[in-house]
Amino acid sequence: MQRSLYIDPDKCTGCLQCEMACSYENEGVFNPSKSRIKVFTFHDEGRFVPYTCTQCDEAWCLHACPVEAITMNKSTGAMEVSESVCVGCKVCTIACPFGTVNYSQDTGKVVKCDLCGGDPKCASACPTSAITYVDADATGLDKMRAWAAKTDSANTAN
Amino acid sequence: MTWARKILRVNLTSGTVKEEALNMEWAADYIGQRGLGTRYLVEETDPKCDALGPDNKLIFATGPLTGTTVSTGGRYSVITKSPLTGAIACSNSGGFIGAELKSAGWDMIIFEGKSSSPVYLHVQNEVAKLVSAEDLWGKSVWETDKLLHEKHKDPQTRIAAVGRSAESGCLYAAVINDLHRAAGRSGVGTVMASKNLKALVVRGTRGVGNIKDPVRFMNSVAEQKQVLAENAVTGQGLPALGTQVLMNVINEVGALPSRNMQDNQFDGAGNISGEAMLEPRASDGKPNLTTNAACFGCTIACGRISTIDKTHFSVENKPEYWGNSGGLEYEAAWAMGADTGVDDLDAITYTNFVCNEDGFDPISFGATVAAAMELFELGAITTDQTDGVELKFGSAKALTWCADQVATGAGFGRDLGLGSKRLCEKYGHPDLSMTVKGQEFPAYDPRGIQGMGLTYATSNRGACHLRSYTVASEILGIPEKTDPLVSEGKAGLVKAFQDATAAVDSMGICVFTTFAWTLDNMAPQIDAACEGDWTVERLGEAGERIWNLERDYNNKAGMTGADDTLPKRLLKDAAKTGPAEGRVCDLDKMLPEYYELRGWTSGGEVTDDIRQKLSLPA
Ligand code: SF4
Repeated sequence: MQRSLYIDPDKCTGCLQCEMACSYENEGVFNPSKSRIKVFTFHDEGRFVPYTCTQCDEAWCLHACPVEAITMNKSTGAMEVSESVCVGCKVCTIACPFGTVNYSQDTGKVVKCDLCGGDPKCASACPTSAITYVDADATGLDKMRAWAAKTDSANTAN
Repeated sequence: MTWARKILRVNLTSGTVKEEALNMEWAADYIGQRGLGTRYLVEETDPKCDALGPDNKLIFATGPLTGTTVSTGGRYSVITKSPLTGAIACSNSGGFIGAELKSAGWDMIIFEGKSSSPVYLHVQNEVAKLVSAEDLWGKSVWETDKLLHEKHKDPQTRIAAVGRSAESGCLYAAVINDLHRAAGRSGVGTVMASKNLKALVVRGTRGVGNIKDPVRFMNSVAEQKQVLAENAVTGQGLPALGTQVLMNVINEVGALPSRNMQDNQFDGAGNISGEAMLEPRASDGKPNLTTNAACFGCTIACGRISTIDKTHFSVENKPEYWGNSGGLEYEAAWAMGADTGVDDLDAITYTNFVCNEDGFDPISFGATVAAAMELFELGAITTDQTDGVELKFGSAKALTWCADQVATGAGFGRDLGLGSKRLCEKYGHPDLSMTVKGQEFPAYDPRGIQGMGLTYATSNRGACHLRSYTVASEILGIPEKTDPLVSEGKAGLVKAFQDATAAVDSMGICVFTTFAWTLDNMAPQIDAACEGDWTVERLGEAGERIWNLERDYNNKAGMTGADDTLPKRLLKDAAKTGPAEGRVCDLDKMLPEYYELRGWTSGGEVTDDIRQKLSLPA
């Protein structure tokens, strides 16, 4: 079974535990600026929105890469960047419609979410379940359940 | 590690900025943040100096856990001598700038001297420089934040600033960071403005690492996050209702002071409670509360993000206040609401916004307005002073007018900016000031919660609930229930809370964790992260050392046991209603025992024996 990150911004408090978990897993430091998941604050609206790669099936980044540095991990479904193959040309960062592939000046390569090989640390660090790692075929289940709860047939029958 | 082992020393007189190694011997004894910042202040300044003169220093200090993934690990403190009290000031704040500073590679910034013209400090990782702030002087914190973000482009830049209240000399001005988090008490913002320092702008992209035992650390952090999640206060009460969960609880036990502490309960408490913030309002069907919000790394998320009803008189024609911003915490809602007799939720949300916008402490502000209202009702202040405004208890219009005045220091705002003590002295009724050492009380009546009387009287920064929050034990039963109406045993309770809290405030984490954590939960985390062996005993001893160091500073500043007292109203006038009816605060029974437990003289002075035992500086 493949799983996907499912993000529910309504639950997010903006604590950045996810960003720290991500940077620690991938870079060995607690450093939000090195995180592959980003939490955006919309101050006037009072909203926090975590955002990261959704691992497109027909991934623009993968197709755009001239040296085939981006490949799909068959077991997790993640599009992974091979550091040793990547030449840092940044074409994938242009191809990605969502901006979730980014260049790193430190390494001269690109970085993106790779689902931590199937155990995404952001999801386990999140205290509010704003990020969960769920069955890829059922990412809508929670939303459906929430709406189902609002559907009260007894009141609409007459 | 996770000390960055580096200090930034900024001399505002000469305009120089230099790097220094952190004194690691002191770090081993005083941990970081509150404790370590105080150690530097004690070493480098004369406790008798003029708080607003160039000889005072202003220290921004993080703790060793600041910037790590320990829950709530984003705290920093501002340490200086207070212009409000003349005692040591140490104000703690969350938000994001503390972790950002650490991530830029600095444990601490020490500002000294005074700039000849307005400046701000820009820190970008290892590069720090002073920049002219001529164009920012005279602007609010919110405008300053906006302009600096536009100028520095990177949206992740974190900013702390002072507002117009600080510039105009309000004695309880705060340092506001990230728009609505505050190093709020004791006038630390006033000191910052006195140095012509408008803002601190920080971007750090180096991160915090060097964990001593990474595997043990990550396991311990995960385990302790779970403890917070499963606790009724930190896992449910605080996220749902914020600290405002307390408004109805404290009113019910008869310890919610009202009308400048004349009463000990407030009829309108329900209207300004955390529960009321969830009620949809008539005009647009939206509640006051939009969402809860976390500071850096915090898995509790007690912060409130609120809106004001657009049709409310305070913001009717001011669309700039229609968006979301930092909402009411309990202490602020009490001071600007219950203590002034105002039960208009929108009005106090508005004044809360203004406190953040122009950087002043809502507790001291609300309590000073309450004192002014009592003076007005007595006829000591008249409409001559107030531009015709009827400064009556319960008047939301008077309250919002006062906030607007203090924000800019206009007219009567100057008087209100003096704080309750100086205001009451000026208008001939010093007894009406509800303060200790010149700092206004927070939201618990010591007649109904006896331990808080001793807490206030002996707090090293004047009246304050955060120095030993015995409410936890006396009302909430954490870690053990004690009777709030009994003074016996409270001396020991207060000492234990004071010492533990001093340690908590020095690590880089939030004191609100202590609803669920004790030092037993913290020691494994700091021990796994930091060099040296960090046991519960060592943390407790460091806390006691820090407490005594602060006390010694105050003694040297000229304070004695005579300053450890409460206003007559709380010692002589019995509580009128509720479970505390008929009670006064039994301070005289608790204080001598407290001095004895501390090992101080009967006059409240730190002795050489204690100095030696705790290896304090002479
Ligand atoms: S850890 Fe969860 S709640 Fe915290 S910022 Fe990330 S998504 Fe939001």
